[in-house]
Amino acid sequence: MKDPVDVLIIGAGASGAAVAWSLAETKMHILCLEQGGWMNPAEYPSTGRDWEAKFYGEWSSSPNVRGRPEDYPVNDDNSPIKVVNYNAVGGSTVMYTAHWPRLHPSDFKVKTLDGVADDWPVDYDALTPFFEENDRMMGASGLSGDPLSPLTHPPMPQQPLGLSGAIIGKAMNELGWHWWPSDTTVATMDYEGRARCINLGHCTPACAQGAKSSTDITYWPHAIRAGVELRTHCRVREITTDENGMASGVVYYDKDGVEQFQPAHVVIIACNGVGTPRLLLNSASSRFPNGLANSSGLVGKNLMFHPYAQIYGYVKEPTDSNRAPPTCLWSKQWYDTDLSRGFVRGYGVQFVRGAGPVFEAVVSEQKGILPWGEDHHRIFRKLNGHRLGFSAICEDLPEEHNQVTLDPVLKDSHGIPAPKIDYTISENSRKMMEHALARGRETLETAGATDICINSPIPWGGWHLLGTARMGTDPERSVVNEWGRTHDVKNLFIVDGSIFVTSGGVNPTSTIQALALYIADQMKQRLANLFD
Amino acid sequence: MAEELTLTPRQRQDLRTIAAMIIPASDEYGVPGADDDAIQADILATLGRDTRPVVAALDHLAQLAGGSLAELDAERRDAVALAFRKHGGVPAATLVRVVLQCYYRDDRVLRSLGLELRAPFPKGHVLPDGDWSLLDPVKARGGSLRRAP
Repeated sequence: MKDPVDVLIIGAGASGAAVAWSLAETKMHILCLEQGGWMNPAEYPSTGRDWEAKFYGEWSSSPNVRGRPEDYPVNDDNSPIKVVNYNAVGGSTVMYTAHWPRLHPSDFKVKTLDGVADDWPVDYDALTPFFEENDRMMGASGLSGDPLSPLTHPPMPQQPLGLSGAIIGKAMNELGWHWWPSDTTVATMDYEGRARCINLGHCTPACAQGAKSSTDITYWPHAIRAGVELRTHCRVREITTDENGMASGVVYYDKDGVEQFQPAHVVIIACNGVGTPRLLLNSASSRFPNGLANSSGLVGKNLMFHPYAQIYGYVKEPTDSNRAPPTCLWSKQWYDTDLSRGFVRGYGVQFVRGAGPVFEAVVSEQKGILPWGEDHHRIFRKLNGHRLGFSAICEDLPEEHNQVTLDPVLKDSHGIPAPKIDYTISENSRKMMEHALARGRETLETAGATDICINSPIPWGGWHLLGTARMGTDPERSVVNEWGRTHDVKNLFIVDGSIFVTSGGVNPTSTIQALALYIADQMKQRLANLFD
Repeated sequence: MAEELTLTPRQRQDLRTIAAMIIPASDEYGVPGADDDAIQADILATLGRDTRPVVAALDHLAQLAGGSLAELDAERRDAVALAFRKHGGVPAATLVRVVLQCYYRDDRVLRSLGLELRAPFPKGHVLPDGDWSLLDPVKARGGSLRRAP
């Protein structure tokens, strides 16, 4: 039998990396098991002439399309929004847009302010030092002073406005609406051994330059130097418990597919809002028949995605196309509740600079605006390099019927049941999406755009996997307490997006990592009585 | 295994025919059609995981044509293509995408579009910093965050 480790972390993505690095200073024996491997930037899509085509195959954001050995299938047939993720050291930070807003202070008090969902058991002020620490570790860029966003101090300046940003800024000014350069985790100058962005423009499926922050190149080198052990190609099947109801370790399959048992004194789950409930539900036992840490019955419930309402069009002037990071500006004009709009809560907007030629051709043909035949060439030249996009990230409120369960049939390559998603878009979200599309149309038309198209929701837009093991002080209404420890198992912690109580209207990675650092800090402060 | 599938000579001919219907050659823009030999060779060489849906699409196309698409007259080919585009589902969409992704990386086509013949890395691109005075009205308008109790 293997020697027990002090802390076993499952998942080496956004939150697993942050918590590993933070706990490393305790000098405990920390082991992280990751089902994927280390990435090789020399093989990233932007290094080849077929850089766009790869996005439709081995570099798809959908694990079902990608189908790498490191991926697990997801049954999302019963959801209009499909799950996207990445499984490797770095997790989905390898494949994200690096848009870097934070939840707002008001997002932690939605019940008090708007009478919906629940307040969080932590508030923004408690997380502030960890947001700051995370911005330094990941390497954030941006312009401090946005009047409608929480105050940030990114260590690097904002991305260039570019051609697209200028067109959007002028239109938003004409309409009198808020906009601001986005905080991103794209390095705009050389930073901590990473080279600055050179505008490869194909950021989402990994950055060959290393300018986009993913935790394989930010947190992990520091954590490993500090003594954390990272074991790759190890897929955890279940968390085991002892006669006292404490987590005793995990059963996993190693890189050769051999079943192993790793004992541990503390287990931390960092597998995202789909992988975490999958693992907990698959860890059912006679003592925990409904799944581990599930006395509330809420493991897997309250899945929140952020339905994306996307609208785009084509202007006469050239845009940045694929020659820059895809996102550059945000707007918080419609972030807060205004009941006169017909819905509660709100949405953030991320503006999109453009697209490359293959993507433009494929999508425009599918939309029916790029014809077959003789006129194809003329129309393509009108579209290509002229696209501008407006994407609203709509706050998804928690609803128990939106859930992750174990699929009774579908299994991964190790025979572990796959997650099954049941999800519908609420009436409130639909009204929000309609509102966003109308504002987006006004913005685009003011910019002079024509041939306006809509993706609402973006079908393969399930990037943000939240809420399925929520935080709270009441064990009957939540899975983890206010510092990330499960109510039912006192040496089991969760640090990923599944602990979100509500979703806010922004990309969540910054907040996920700040929460992970906060939980790690709470653990360090309570080491003497961690299990009380 | 999808990768072990290969296209029959008739399927290759139909692929060439439908590709030319999607993107014909243009003297005006100085570009080949998608039935060009080099582009067809690129399609066949890189089909990979798309082979199975493309074969399914070509089977569907042959069914609609009642034989080989290439052998139909122009009017009948247009009718078949219309039905294929409308009812072909995922296989048809995959076939069209494969044609487009190979066409729009061909050197002659990229040159015609004024695009460089290279991968994005390592040269990257230059992005104008832009006129940040555009942000002045936003700063002047100000605003405040919603208070959290």
